[in-house]
Amino acid sequence: MSEVKGLKAKLGLDVFKEDHEFHIKIIAGREKDSRLKKAILVCPAGLYSENEAGEVVISVDGCLECGTCLLACGDELLQWHYPSGGSGVQFRFG
Amino acid sequence: MNDFDVIVVGGGLAGLAAAYTLAGEGQEVLVLERGDYPGAKNVTGGRIYINPIRALFPDLWEKAPLERHIAHEEVCLMDQSRSLTIRYAGSELNQEPYQSYSVLRGKFDKWFAKQAERKGAVIISKSRVDNLIIENSQVKGVIAGGEELRANVVIACDGVLSIMAQKAGLRTPAQSKNFAVGFKEVIEMDRDLIEKRFNLEGDEGAARLFMGDVTAGKFGGGFLYTNQESLSLGIVVGIDALTEEKPHNAPELLDKFKQRPEIARLINEGQTVEYSAHVIPEGGLKAMSKLYGNGILVAGDAAGFSMNIGVTVRGMEYAMASGYYAAKAAIEAQAKNDFSAATLNIYETLLNNSFVMADFRNFKESLDVLEYPPLFEHYPTLIGNIMRDLYEVPAGPKGKIYPTIKKYLSMGELWGMVKLGRRMMKI
Repeated sequence: MSEVKGLKAKLGLDVFKEDHEFHIKIIAGREKDSRLKKAILVCPAGLYSENEAGEVVISVDGCLECGTCLLACGDELLQWHYPSGGSGVQFRFG
Repeated sequence: MNDFDVIVVGGGLAGLAAAYTLAGEGQEVLVLERGDYPGAKNVTGGRIYINPIRALFPDLWEKAPLERHIAHEEVCLMDQSRSLTIRYAGSELNQEPYQSYSVLRGKFDKWFAKQAERKGAVIISKSRVDNLIIENSQVKGVIAGGEELRANVVIACDGVLSIMAQKAGLRTPAQSKNFAVGFKEVIEMDRDLIEKRFNLEGDEGAARLFMGDVTAGKFGGGFLYTNQESLSLGIVVGIDALTEEKPHNAPELLDKFKQRPEIARLINEGQTVEYSAHVIPEGGLKAMSKLYGNGILVAGDAAGFSMNIGVTVRGMEYAMASGYYAAKAAIEAQAKNDFSAATLNIYETLLNNSFVMADFRNFKESLDVLEYPPLFEHYPTLIGNIMRDLYEVPAGPKGKIYPTIKKYLSMGELWGMVKLGRRMMKI
């Protein structure tokens, strides 16, 4: 999947506060599950990609916490919870 | 001994409306919000319609930091290289009290939280609720940051994923077909430029919806709202629609939308200052789960209170009204000193007798009706082609108007329109 131009820069406009752990993880052993590829399409922040080994990987920085990936892939494939209190994206406009 | 009468999970519109109402009637209420401040995690497209909720919060509106009242409505049907726009301006849209405003939630929710605090609500930010305290199948409170907090009633306003309702056993994991995702940019622009460009005077605002090529023929559309000093520009698209045949990458859709000449000239000289996304429950009545249990009520997006009927996509009024009725139900339970589901079901009765459930009953077929690919691909193209031919003056003689139109309207096409009309009769 080609990266959408300017998406990283766009996410760079948002205020993010670091969490002490990753709030979304791909469940071990499911990285090659074809249903995970939906996440690559649906994530508005483009955080999912496929690596050379054919595994779907996520880089959780820039997550907008919308939950679209969880709805598309389900909790069989993703371990998903909100970032801890006071972490993650902080919308100024919303 | 309980810490509070009521604990509200989530400082969005439903949660804040509940807290505002409860505190106003002397209840001890705590709101737990995981963001840095109420509004920090909240996103709208967005516009809010005030009429259905005006009377529920009579003192709220006069000073509310809303953006612009919507004075014109536009719908634009987009083919790949042409578009047809219908613009509606009615004097009623420009008369006080205004029916609808553009709104930015970072600003509005923060202010609304202050109003709730003034009434006596306690709001703690940066606090994520991790679990419910459930004893003898009665919700008794929440666990946040490892700490137990107890109350007679918990109102779950924790947003569209509704994790609390799931923990309380009120709903099963959600199905993607009942949800859309919206993503938008807030584009800063000088007031004067906005007013000139969108033909506005003073606090007038414009609302524009875009259908067709904007979602590459998928169920959804684009939107543009004018705020005081910014534009909200984005797309809403069904989650399943993105992954089904001819899949599309969500951020790419918005990028292409911004490059359309119709849009590019509207946002030119503007500066994007924020990018946000939000999931929208669109399943309506059919996807709704249980709204209450022993010691718990569910309101707002968490309860599935949002609706797409094409020309309007609404959620915030339902959130505020459901928060209000949840508060009323909790107060009733307090008076009876009974917090079981049997008493809290008054919440459902209150909603049933209000515009909230009336709307959801009236529009229960809307998702099935609107999730119809020709509406987003075939018809915008057909209309674009007819308009092109009508306006075209070729080098040679111009064709007569009736045959020009008629050639697009074969028997099959007309039959398709009859079928479309019959679908539309359900909403």
